[in-house]
Amino acid sequence: MIEERSLSQIDAIREALSQEMERDDRVLVLGLGVDDPKAILGSTRGLAERFGSERVMDTPLSEDCMTGACIGMAMAGLRPVHIHIRVDFLMLAMNQIVNVAAKSMYMSGGQQPVPLVVRAIIGRSWGQGAQHSQALHSMFMHVPGLKVVAPSTPLDAKAALTYAIRDDNPIIFIEHRMLHGFTGAVPSGEVLRGPGSCRVLRRGGDLTLVGISYMVPECLRAAEWLSTVGIECEVLDPVWLSPLDVEGINASVAKTGRLLVADNAWLECGASAEIVAGACEALGSTRRLAVGRVGFAATPCPTTPALEAVFYASAASIASEAFRLVKGELPERGCDLDMPREVREFRGPF
Amino acid sequence: MTTDIRQVYRRLYLIRRVEETIVDIYPTDKVKSPVHLSLGQEAVAAGVCSALRPEDVVFGSYRGHASYLAKGGNLNAMMAELFGKATGCTKGRGGSMHLADARAGVMPTSAIVGSTIANAAGYAFGLRRLGTDAVVVSFFGDGATEEGVFSEALNFAALKRLPVLFVCENNSYAIHTHVSRRQSAQRLVERVRTYGIAASRVADADVLRIATEAQECVQALREGRGPRFLECATYRLREHVGPGEDWDLGYRSRDEALPWIQSDQVTRLGEMLEPRERAALEAAVEGEITAAVAFAEESPFPAASDLQNDVFA
Repeated sequence: MIEERSLSQIDAIREALSQEMERDDRVLVLGLGVDDPKAILGSTRGLAERFGSERVMDTPLSEDCMTGACIGMAMAGLRPVHIHIRVDFLMLAMNQIVNVAAKSMYMSGGQQPVPLVVRAIIGRSWGQGAQHSQALHSMFMHVPGLKVVAPSTPLDAKAALTYAIRDDNPIIFIEHRMLHGFTGAVPSGEVLRGPGSCRVLRRGGDLTLVGISYMVPECLRAAEWLSTVGIECEVLDPVWLSPLDVEGINASVAKTGRLLVADNAWLECGASAEIVAGACEALGSTRRLAVGRVGFAATPCPTTPALEAVFYASAASIASEAFRLVKGELPERGCDLDMPREVREFRGPF
Repeated sequence: MTTDIRQVYRRLYLIRRVEETIVDIYPTDKVKSPVHLSLGQEAVAAGVCSALRPEDVVFGSYRGHASYLAKGGNLNAMMAELFGKATGCTKGRGGSMHLADARAGVMPTSAIVGSTIANAAGYAFGLRRLGTDAVVVSFFGDGATEEGVFSEALNFAALKRLPVLFVCENNSYAIHTHVSRRQSAQRLVERVRTYGIAASRVADADVLRIATEAQECVQALREGRGPRFLECATYRLREHVGPGEDWDLGYRSRDEALPWIQSDQVTRLGEMLEPRERAALEAAVEGEITAAVAFAEESPFPAASDLQNDVFA
């Protein structure tokens, strides 16, 4: 009997790491600060004491080399989880991720898989600025040989991370720190979930609303409000962005005829463009579709709250755009959705 | 460990003759991809790999024919790979720049200079964690020592006392640019020592001295005494990429190459062997190369349906 209890996403992530390290001593966790007093926002707390410093290893500030070293470890038979407190730091590791990890299996003619998990955290809010708040998942979605996952719930975070650690491929695991405090039911035992089917979080016939990462709870808030004005949304969470469950998304769009994608990222060449293109390619010749996208403004992220507030997509901007897609015009009195609590109440210094 | 001159010569001769065979074949356009030949640089891989066991692992560069062959990579599979055939060591996916033979301990190489130095350090960490006394050799050129990853990997390997031997094949050129135009101070061994890594240099490409140095380094690695560094001066006799000579380009002179040609290690070691033994060894290698070319010629190309296999494990 698997016990269900409520867990925060950060605790779900720590539980997945801990259970996989317990199960398989080839699994190791490394990254800047994994064993320091703050323990990657708590997600690695207690692991060093339990599994020792060689399996929970702080590293030099060498993202390029340490990513390459993780690839070498994976080639030798270990299963490293490389953690970055900000996605932005992955820009220093792009050569190893894109040119080596993603291609090793193919270029070696199947001889050399790279079982590597890269955990990277999106650091929105509270003046993080242009280099500490980016969500760059679409860069990794572009490259064959990488899998990309961005879970929104504690259950999916645990299940996807467990799957990722056991999978023999390089996987980019994108976390959003605004989701870390969200709680939900999570089994205490083993739970695995790989690519295959998106989550349908709410049923509705007027519009398909796809949320990515932190935009999932914002889509749900928007859907609540839209329901009060007579618009019923089907809210989907792809969870796995690559490979993407295009068929699952399109099954909903085929029903509603309208698709709005809310990404926690820029729109240009982004995940939202991929999802909309997938729907148009499959359904566009057989029926009329209304499509839309919301995400970051096409600027670097500013630090002042006055501009940060208009830089990000939100439940309000999602609801407005959804209303326009269904009714053909923006809601006359706007929509009275405020900033979410986790953003309003967030305090620094980091 | 004494050096088996016969084995070292076999490696030298094999690499030399495989490369010359590729030069001969290249005008037929059967090798439809870039080749970065090891002609002139055979002594480094041949000397270093003479110190290794089958279970040891090498990471090379895109100029990787020598390290592939010296470590015992399958010759038929290499030749078939150059021909783009399904029987190639990477089934036609890697080609000359990405030869790999996991069973022989030849790891995938990279066309991005310096990339595999980090992979080698990580692999060494993995081997130690898995409890073997196998070691890793990382081969790279002088250009790679200008990449940030080189410094990062030296630091990490020294910090964790990893069983990795870094071997710089210093041929003085990155494509057409001499090292003096790229590095402010050409004191590589000194630079490496500041990381706390024991480092030495072989300036004349003496293959037997390279072998002796490598044996001492590998012994230290097996005893857990931390990483080692070996700089081997050498000389590239052909163009950066392709089968030809390039003295006409004007960035270097044939006179510069003469001392290296006069001290050619293939010639030198061949003369150290008893003539009949040498002839038998060379005949055996020639037979292997002829068979490998025939194997490559006769092998099929991959089917179009093979395109998307092996993207994921």
